[in-house]
Amino acid sequence: MPTAWFVLVACMLVVYVILDGFDLGAGIIHPLVARDDRERRQVLAAIGPFWDGNEVWLLAAGGTLYLAFPALYAASFSGFYLPLTIVLWLLILRGIGIEFRTHLESALWRSFFDFIFAASSLLLTVFFGAALGNVIRGVPLNSEGYFFAPLWTTFTVVPNAGILDWYTVLIGAVALAALTGHGSCYVAMKTEAKVRERARRVAAIAWWGMLLSAFAGLIATLEIRPQVLDNYMAHSAGIVFPLAVIGSLAAMICFVARGRDKAAFFSTSLFIAAMMGGAAFALYPYVLPASTNPAYGLTVYNTAAADYGLRVGLVWWTFGMALAVTYFAYLFHSFRGKVEP
Amino acid sequence: MEDALAIDRFQFAFTVTFHYLFPQLTMGLGLLIVLLKSLALWKENESYNVAARFWARIFGINFALGVVTGIPLEFQFGTNWASFSRRVGGVIGQTLAMEGVFAFFLESAFLGLFLYGEKRLGRWGHYCAALLVFLGSWISGFFIIATNAWMQFPVAYTAAGDGSLHLNSFRALLLNPWALWQYAHNMGGAVITASMVMASLAAYYLLSHKHIEQAKIYLTMGVIVGLLFSLAQAFPTGDQQGRMVAYHQPATLAAMEALFRTEQGAPLVIIGQPNMKELKLDNPLTVPRMLSFLTHRRWMAEVKGLDAFPRDRWPDNIPLLYFSYHIMVGLGTILIAALSVAGFLLWRRRLFTSRWTLWILMLGFPFPYIANTAGWMTPELGRQPWLVYGLIRTQQGISPGVSAGNGLFTLLGFMGMYAMLSLLFLFLMCREIEHGPISQLDDGPRPSVH
Repeated sequence: MPTAWFVLVACMLVVYVILDGFDLGAGIIHPLVARDDRERRQVLAAIGPFWDGNEVWLLAAGGTLYLAFPALYAASFSGFYLPLTIVLWLLILRGIGIEFRTHLESALWRSFFDFIFAASSLLLTVFFGAALGNVIRGVPLNSEGYFFAPLWTTFTVVPNAGILDWYTVLIGAVALAALTGHGSCYVAMKTEAKVRERARRVAAIAWWGMLLSAFAGLIATLEIRPQVLDNYMAHSAGIVFPLAVIGSLAAMICFVARGRDKAAFFSTSLFIAAMMGGAAFALYPYVLPASTNPAYGLTVYNTAAADYGLRVGLVWWTFGMALAVTYFAYLFHSFRGKVEP
Repeated sequence: MEDALAIDRFQFAFTVTFHYLFPQLTMGLGLLIVLLKSLALWKENESYNVAARFWARIFGINFALGVVTGIPLEFQFGTNWASFSRRVGGVIGQTLAMEGVFAFFLESAFLGLFLYGEKRLGRWGHYCAALLVFLGSWISGFFIIATNAWMQFPVAYTAAGDGSLHLNSFRALLLNPWALWQYAHNMGGAVITASMVMASLAAYYLLSHKHIEQAKIYLTMGVIVGLLFSLAQAFPTGDQQGRMVAYHQPATLAAMEALFRTEQGAPLVIIGQPNMKELKLDNPLTVPRMLSFLTHRRWMAEVKGLDAFPRDRWPDNIPLLYFSYHIMVGLGTILIAALSVAGFLLWRRRLFTSRWTLWILMLGFPFPYIANTAGWMTPELGRQPWLVYGLIRTQQGISPGVSAGNGLFTLLGFMGMYAMLSLLFLFLMCREIEHGPISQLDDGPRPSVH
């Protein structure tokens, strides 16, 4: 039962990154692809009806994590106290930036919120990537199952490293490249004329970033945590993840070059799913490894809630998520097609 | 550790108090907007649609702030209250996750359609979108109340050897008797806030001779709905909540009433200041025997005073608890009185020209906000020194690794952030109010609306 919930929470996080990823990516690239107010409103209109709902996937994944793995929720949220609080401030600023921008016809007001929107999108992406980096690298858990990580110490990968060291910053860069490419493909798909052309060009550049950073990230991961190969060695089915990463990257550059924006967007979505799925596969059964003593590591088994709660949760969760998927299908259907220029 | 506890408590209190300024309006307004849209369909009168559109814009601004200030609360369960979460996540993880799955998805998916899709959806489609957003916000409220009620009155759990609590009945968790009355009382409070805001703005427009026809709609709806719900707030919902406190948390009741000594025929305190040095009430103004009657329905019944409980079971801030409770009840009574007068004048068709009453309504909009805030402080302070009543002490709940310095850093950050949000919010609200209701249809893909 804990394994089933591990898969469900991982799936929710993948859906979150694919969905919120395109609006984070759109935020990162919007100063590049949209030059005047009219073009910026085009980019904002492309994500306007969706971004709030996309962000809910993070909250729902958080809630589900709390339900299924309360000890993991407690350890990770208190241990990542500072970065999570900064993420909260960035989420607040970003939400306000998107929603309040249009309330005033003033160039200064709008430029201010454009900056807030772009900067918070970029920082959030790097922080989310670094968070994943921390989970792969491991954190200094004590025997009680708690830790507290400072933002940084010496930027080297040592047992008591901070949230940011060279490895986690590198994973942040992987995330930045991936969401830049993902967001560019989304913007290209939803817009026309100049904005679309510029978005395609950014996507082509981001592709190189995705390729190089994914490669560098892989090498670095093998260097600092060779155990990630164990599951791949034990179960050959795991090979689908690296194959999907390579396949989706190849597909993305082909589709971007031919101007098939929708197919390119699905390629980057697959890329994100494969990267995250590959990481989850490598980690299991760990959910938060310890950099101190491997025995202190948190696994799906020593953090899961009791069986009755997990079983009853599965019933209503399945029902509720079926409803949620229906709403989202309807929402995306209602606002399908390109936004008006 | 003592310092970290104080900061963790203050940070949660500060962020949740600020947050709840927004949902109390949007949950109430959600209902009023559905009523306006129902009237528009029923009476085929376009004025009600104009009204619904105007209030939807107010709703939108408040909703955005409610969403962004709500996220830190879910996070704080883990960041600042890790020991608590680890022990009780197996129980309240259910209700918190259900809020995400059943309420947030519903609200967020239909909010965009509701705010910007009126043309796209047509009359009935847009009515459904409004109804679903309203439902989503009330479902969300229910799961939060169910979580909070469990902390007041824990049910449906078994304790494991390591101190963590496990759920043993999903049904009992959702049908917690405490949750049902608390939910009714809380949602009533939200509707009163929205009604008073509506009536207050209408009074402002009438007194300044602007948007007269629209203002009459707002005033009529605000006064009628506000009066009905404020009466229900006293009886039955408030009365039942009080009796539950009296029965299950007698020490809390004694502290709320500043009843230091056990008495037969205990009086109800109207005014007075608790004197914690001499353990008595200074300058009391009381109604004899009323407390005994209200709690036990007998004039001479015995009500336990604080002296009947050991000191380590007393709430840790009795004066603040006492004042919160009395402010809530006092303002609730004032609201009933003001809305009754307004309701009577409305019935006699004299309200729209009665300048005195309009002035009172216009200036009265902060009262329900204060009453709702004080109404939340009462059970939260009253539950102390427990985090989960009778099971987990508040000091046992905090995160072991988070120091006071790091807590203070984030607390100050939240204060700065929320100061900025308040300024933006007030600025945008003033603009919307000055702009007023307009009759043309606002539509197009969000947020490129002009």
